[in-house]
Parts: sequence; C-alpha cells; structure tokens
Amino acid sequence: MTLSPPAVPDTDPVLQVDDLRTWFDTRDGVVKAVEGLSFDLRPGEILGVVGESGCGKSITSLSIMQLVPTPPGRYASGAIRFKGRDLLRLTPAEMRRIRGNEISMIFQDPMSSLNPVLTVGDQLTEAIVLHQGLDPRAATARAREMLDLVHIPEPERRLREYPHQLSGGMRQRVMIAMALSCNPQVLIADEPTTALDVTIQAQILGLMEEIREKLQTAIILITHDLGVVAEMADRVLVMYAGRKVEEADVVELFERPQHPYTRGLMRSVPRLGADGEGSATRLAEIPGIVPALTNLPAGCAFADRCAFVTDRCRAEYPPLVPRGPRHLAACWHSDTLPEWTA
Amino acid sequence: MTHTPVERPQDPTLTARMSEAAAGAWDALRRNPTMLFGLSVLVVMAVLAFGAPLFGLPEPMRQNPINRLQDPSAAHWFGTDMYGRDLLSRVLHGGQISLVVGLSVAALATSLGLAIGLVAGFSRRVDAVVMRFMDALMSIPSILLAIALVSLWGSSVTNVIIALTIPEVPRVVRLVRSVVLMLRDQTFVQAAIACGTSTPRILVRHIMPNTFPPLIVQATYICAQAVIFEAYLSFVGAGTPPEIPSWGNIMAEGRMFFFQNFGIIMYPGIFLAITVFAINTFGDGLRDSLDPRMKRRF
Repeated sequence: MTLSPPAVPDTDPVLQVDDLRTWFDTRDGVVKAVEGLSFDLRPGEILGVVGESGCGKSITSLSIMQLVPTPPGRYASGAIRFKGRDLLRLTPAEMRRIRGNEISMIFQDPMSSLNPVLTVGDQLTEAIVLHQGLDPRAATARAREMLDLVHIPEPERRLREYPHQLSGGMRQRVMIAMALSCNPQVLIADEPTTALDVTIQAQILGLMEEIREKLQTAIILITHDLGVVAEMADRVLVMYAGRKVEEADVVELFERPQHPYTRGLMRSVPRLGADGEGSATRLAEIPGIVPALTNLPAGCAFADRCAFVTDRCRAEYPPLVPRGPRHLAACWHSDTLPEWTA
Repeated sequence: MTHTPVERPQDPTLTARMSEAAAGAWDALRRNPTMLFGLSVLVVMAVLAFGAPLFGLPEPMRQNPINRLQDPSAAHWFGTDMYGRDLLSRVLHGGQISLVVGLSVAALATSLGLAIGLVAGFSRRVDAVVMRFMDALMSIPSILLAIALVSLWGSSVTNVIIALTIPEVPRVVRLVRSVVLMLRDQTFVQAAIACGTSTPRILVRHIMPNTFPPLIVQATYICAQAVIFEAYLSFVGAGTPPEIPSWGNIMAEGRMFFFQNFGIIMYPGIFLAITVFAINTFGDGLRDSLDPRMKRRF
C-alpha cells in the first residue's frame, strides 16, 4: 500500500460536526445510529470514514445533507457547522440552497442514482440552473465543461444520451460531474466505488484526487475498504456501532492503530504474498457481530468481540483520548496493546 | 437500447428533441408488429368514422320507409334498418361516438388519476384522506353509477363520458400511487433532493415521467373498456341519446328486428369488437415496448 502525503496543514475547518446524535424511533426502541460523533473537515482535505455495515457512516453523511427521513429519524443533539451556520437549525428552503450547491453528495450505486427518463444533460443542468441561475444555454455549456473535467469523451453526445446508454463507471463520472457542477466546498462520497469493478474503481478514485487538487474541494469519503482509505485519505475516522472509536492522520493510523477494532479491520484485509510466495494463510476475521443498536451495552460496544477485554471495558465506555500526534482512540487498553506489526 | 443510433442533431432544441422522439416511436412500432397492427386498425377505424360524412353515403338519419329492412345491396352495402336508413352510414357515424367517448374517458381518467395519485403517493397526510375517498368510489359498481348519473342529468354524450370517467379515476390513482411509492425511495430521487431540488419539482420532473409507461398502457385498457360501456349504456337506453347513431343505439333498435334483418345487430357488433380488439392489441404492444425488460428481446 502506498500511503498518501502528510495531512493538509492546520486551517479553519470548513465543516464541523459536533456531538451529533442521529436516532431513529422504531417499534423495537430507539436506534442510536450515530452517537456523539464529532469531527472537523478542512478545505481540500479527504477524510476517510471507515467501519462495517451499520456502523453509522452512511447515516452520518445523510445527516450532514439532512436527508434522514424524519420521522422515524431525529437529530437528538449536536450541531453541524458549515461556514458558521448550524445546518440542523436551517429551514428547509435554506437547506435546499446548500444542497448540491455548497455541499453535494454522490451515492453508492451509479446504476440507480440517475433518473432513467431524463437525459444526462437534463440532469446535469438541473442543479446549475437551480443554484447559479444560468440560462439553459449557459448551463449546457457548463455541463459540457463538467463532463470534460471528469474525462468523459464526446461530452456533446453524452449530454443527449440517457443513463441506460452509459456504463457504470461513466454514470459515476456523471454523478461526480453533477455533484461538482456548482463548485461545492464539501463533497460527500458514500461508497462511490463499491458498485464498480476494480479497474473503474481506480479511475474514479484517481479522478476524485485530481478534483481535490484542482478545486480544493474537501471530501468525506465513506467506505468499508481500507485499501481505498490508505490510497486516498489524509485523515481517517473509524466508526463502530455509531461512535467514533479512532481518528488519526492516515500514516499514523496505519502505522500505529490504537484501537483493537481498527487492528481487526486491518488484519481482515487480504494481502498478496504477505507471508512469502503464494502462501494461503487464513484471513483474520473479527469474531462475533455488531451489537444491536437498540440495545447497546453500557461499556465499550466492541467488548464482546475484543481479545483484550477486561471488566472495566464492560462497565464503562472508554473516552476518546489522545494516543499520539493528532491521534484519538477510545480504548482503555491502548497503552498495553501489543506492538503493531503490519 | 440496442438499435443502431439515429443520427442526432447537435443543437438540443425542442424541435430536435421532438423529431428524435418521433423517430424513437416509429422505431418501436417497427419492432413491434402487434402494436403496429393495433394502431393501423385504429387509424382505419378513425378514418372511417370521422371521414364518413365525406364518403357520399346517405345521411344516417334519412328515413326511407319503402326500403326498410332491406338486405345488403349495391345501394346499401349493409342493408337498411326498420326506418329504411342506410346501415353502413349509421354504423360508420356511430363509430364517432365510440371513439370520442373512449378517448375522452381515457384522457380524463388518466390525467385526473395522475394528478391525484402523484400527490397521494408523495404526501402521507393527503394519502390517508384521498385514498379512503377513492376506496369509497371504487366500491360503487361502475355501470350502476353511470346509469344513476345519466338518469339524474339526462342522457348526453358528455354525461356518458363523465359517468364512465368517475369510476375509472380511483383505479388510475391506485396505479400511479403505487408507482410513486416505489419511486420515492429510489436513489435518483434521493440524489435529486441532494441536489437541492424542491419537492414539487421532484414530483413533476423526476417522478411523473416514470409513471407514464404503466399509465399509458392502463389508458388503452380504459379506452377499450369505455367503448364497450358506452355501447352497453346506449343499449340499455341510459347512454347516448337515441337520435344520435351510436353502436349501442343501433344494436338496441335492431334487437326487435333480429329475425328480419340480422345485420342491424351484427355490423355494429363486428365494428365494436374489432375496435376493442385493436385498442387492446395496441395496449399490449405498448406494454411490451415500454417495459425495459421486454425491450431487450428486440
């Protein structure tokens, strides 16, 4: 794995999530999908958010966009500060002006995130006309520019085509072009490459890096793929059962993971030739399953799956404490974990 | 689509788009002989019905008692009825009523149902009220409602259209609503919201066009149904006023003279059957070519 260059220098964050709690009221009780999450996102930074399915990473992104259906969802506490304004306190109309304009989002499945009955051009120009007030001709010109930016050949022709005439990778490029068409400060990418095959995946990730360089867009990259994170992110946030369990710059995290869950994730990534030529060692897995979000234990949510568990872990939730330079981890035993060897 | 791309003009203007849509429609017709057949028969029917006054036939209302109940002849291809009126002329003119009623009912019922269904599908609060009302409407037998309305307001073609439209609306609402409910959770709707699009715009621009394929197909069935019901209502005397020739009226009058001139019932009956068959064939063809899964076969 190649590691990204060191993190973006300290500047004022463009987006600040502070103690966010997104809960869902269900028949089985309150699902605490996101519980006390805080993080900062700086201009031009790529923040990787990792964790397994159901850890709250997608709900975090939907919360920032305010796309969580309410009810059953609700924002039980916290603030999402964007340019000095708390997004959770905005009216729907104010929020609509931010969506797609200053903060935009791309979704996991490019096959279903474009409307089958509208042409690529129709969909691309929609946000441009809406937010920038351009007339249709200027908006079409801008849309053509955006397709150029995301390296789609023959943009003129593509604008007049329907989504079913494009391949999956092409559609994801269109989605990225759509998301970037109004020069947003923040781009949320929710598993942007999960539904794509590996070669296309690399192209899309390369494209996102390039766009970050060109436009200085801050990117929240939500993924369960540690390889993608290592490749792309400046800073990494590891989530487990709705909470942040570890956060660090990418090199620091991969060199000195301080939470047993993070270590478990890293061990479960298959590596070629890790133990010599063509060896077939069994891939390490994390035993057990994620606890039900309706019934989280009082202590550490990872306790039942952790090899280093003690009574204290089950009794008290470990606080996030500094474990190195710009490195936070929520584990009682970070000090006594064995030396990490990747 | 797998067909060879049509050469497309570069300027995305409205006319270019319309010619492209027309080219697409012709393409679909060519690939779907069933639909082409249904449509051709319908076009022939429409030309016969609406062109009838131009064919130099005797006036459909002109009586000639001496020639009554004649068998088909060179002068009267379908023979004459009990007042000596030319049956061919009457049957062709009668087609006007059937087609007008069928198309009007289909257009009215689908547009009303579309509007109500879109809102009901998207707003939970409206949904609860509207759907109960629609359930109530649906529980009324449509023929009885039609008879009640016509006897209340008297018989006219407009009343027949209204009477046949009302019971069809709830069915369309249900169809549209179910499609909207399904579409509402699609990622592309989420993506549109994430672009800052407002709710009315999402309904009209992103959701509505996706309801068209099933809706158009449904419209053809409503049309066929309305043609039959119009004839039925006229036959029982609760439909088109008796002085206007319509297939139902002609058949109702011919009932008494079944043994003298069987044609009075047979010819409008054949025309009615062919028309309904053509509409249904066209609808089936439409369904096949609008369904993307079926499209791959061609």
